[in-house]
Amino acid sequence: MSKKVAIAGVGMSKFGELWNKNLRDITLEAGMAAIIDAGVAGADIEAVTIGNMSAGRFTGQEHLGALAVDMGGLGDIPAYSVEAACASGGAAIRHAYMAIKSGEHDVILVLGCEKMSDVNQTEAMKTISVASDWEWEGMLGATFPALYAFMARKHMLDYGTTDEQLSLVAVKNHKNAVDNPYAQFRRELPLEVVMNSGYLADPIRLLHSSPITDGAAGVIMCTEEKAKEFTDTPIYVESSAQASDTLALHEREDITTMGAVVESTGTALDRAKCSIEDIDVFELHDSFTISEIMLTEDVGIVEKGKGGEAVEKGLTQIDGEYPVNPSGGLKARGHPVGATGVAQLVELYHQVKGDAGKRQVPDTERGLAVNIGGTGATSIVHIVGR
Amino acid sequence: MAEHGVAKVWRKQQEIYRIQGNHCKTCDRHFFPPRPVCPECRRKGDLETYKFKGLGKIHTFSVVRQAPEDFKRQVPYIVAQVELDEGPRLTAQIVNCDIESVYVGMRVRACFRKITEYGPGGIIVYGYKFEPTMRVTGHE
Ligand SMILES: [Zn+2]
Repeated sequence: MSKKVAIAGVGMSKFGELWNKNLRDITLEAGMAAIIDAGVAGADIEAVTIGNMSAGRFTGQEHLGALAVDMGGLGDIPAYSVEAACASGGAAIRHAYMAIKSGEHDVILVLGCEKMSDVNQTEAMKTISVASDWEWEGMLGATFPALYAFMARKHMLDYGTTDEQLSLVAVKNHKNAVDNPYAQFRRELPLEVVMNSGYLADPIRLLHSSPITDGAAGVIMCTEEKAKEFTDTPIYVESSAQASDTLALHEREDITTMGAVVESTGTALDRAKCSIEDIDVFELHDSFTISEIMLTEDVGIVEKGKGGEAVEKGLTQIDGEYPVNPSGGLKARGHPVGATGVAQLVELYHQVKGDAGKRQVPDTERGLAVNIGGTGATSIVHIVGR
Repeated sequence: MAEHGVAKVWRKQQEIYRIQGNHCKTCDRHFFPPRPVCPECRRKGDLETYKFKGLGKIHTFSVVRQAPEDFKRQVPYIVAQVELDEGPRLTAQIVNCDIESVYVGMRVRACFRKITEYGPGGIIVYGYKFEPTMRVTGHE
């Protein structure tokens, strides 16, 4: 059994609408980049885990584990496809973590991928909807933005969160993405533009929502011993935790809190033997800007109801007390659903290593990522440190 | 294979046509849609079928302005979480109501409506939507 699980290298494809590339191209690109970054040989890799939400519906291809091993020329090693809606990437990381921890594998290539632009916007919307309780929400007319609108309206009513605060999350994350070469939108977004964008589902505006994105990310995870063979400065996954909540949003007592996030963050902090004050940087799942606001509360950065105020006061900016989404987050880096959880760890790796360039949060020793599936039915938290 | 969607809708007609769920006699909680196991009491639970009265109030809502194909023709429409008087909440469209006049806390009652149709050759899905009680009875 390995005591510590390390990250030896990371890689990403460009995120965006990549019309001239298919799912295998971008997945291979990310995987190769991670392999080269870690300096491992193909023969060192013992297994592949791959996170993906819905390649079957987005592209007509399933069985991605075998596909990845085949395209990567990795021989006959086992491959595991992992699905947990938008938390599929986080789930793939966690599966690799557990496999290494248990002693089953020593070196694993973790991938996350999604190719969303091969279908049209309404088809993509329908495919994403199945991450909620399709039979009792989606089928009755509640789109995915509508479900987040339910949370946003309640949060606004209960805590006085404003349209401007929801919009400021998008402004902040776009500003951060300017310095991320892999991000989908590398341009600033003025507040007026966000606040004048149309409603997808009131009070959720178009620019409060993450985009349709193609992209893949890869990470080489391994035992501490192996990591020291590959690199002098390995980064460690200090803890991994996961929790579930009801699939349907209407089943939850309080829809302004994601119980699974509270639960899994608490467990992850306990296991890493640290408190929220010890975390220097956060990657929080901002599929809609209201989710970043709720998550800053649920992970414990601010108390319940103060998430809107936190962004307004600059607390969550790169130079703030609790920097959130220096990568640009799902909003601006882009949200290829199955790749997002892996991309979050790629960002934390750079941040902790100190090579995140202009978007670097100074003196970062430890980062925390929250990857959620659906409207919070799955939450996966990882803490990464030196 | 069954004609597109027929079996899928047919097998839940009691729930979606009548708002039929269940009630746990052990802990007195109501569930909609019906649950196979009481999450509170688990094996000690004693579930019986229960038909909801179809009265409740709006817990939260949204106005959908971009929808997938099945709902495109209805845009913009109101969708809400309705809290039934017996306790549980469900997700449904609100009809017979202007977009401007809907509010959290508004009293609503169930009505039987067409939900959507599965394209040419597909079936038409019927089920519950909700409407303001004021509109029908003139009082709360
Ligand atoms: Zn019970």
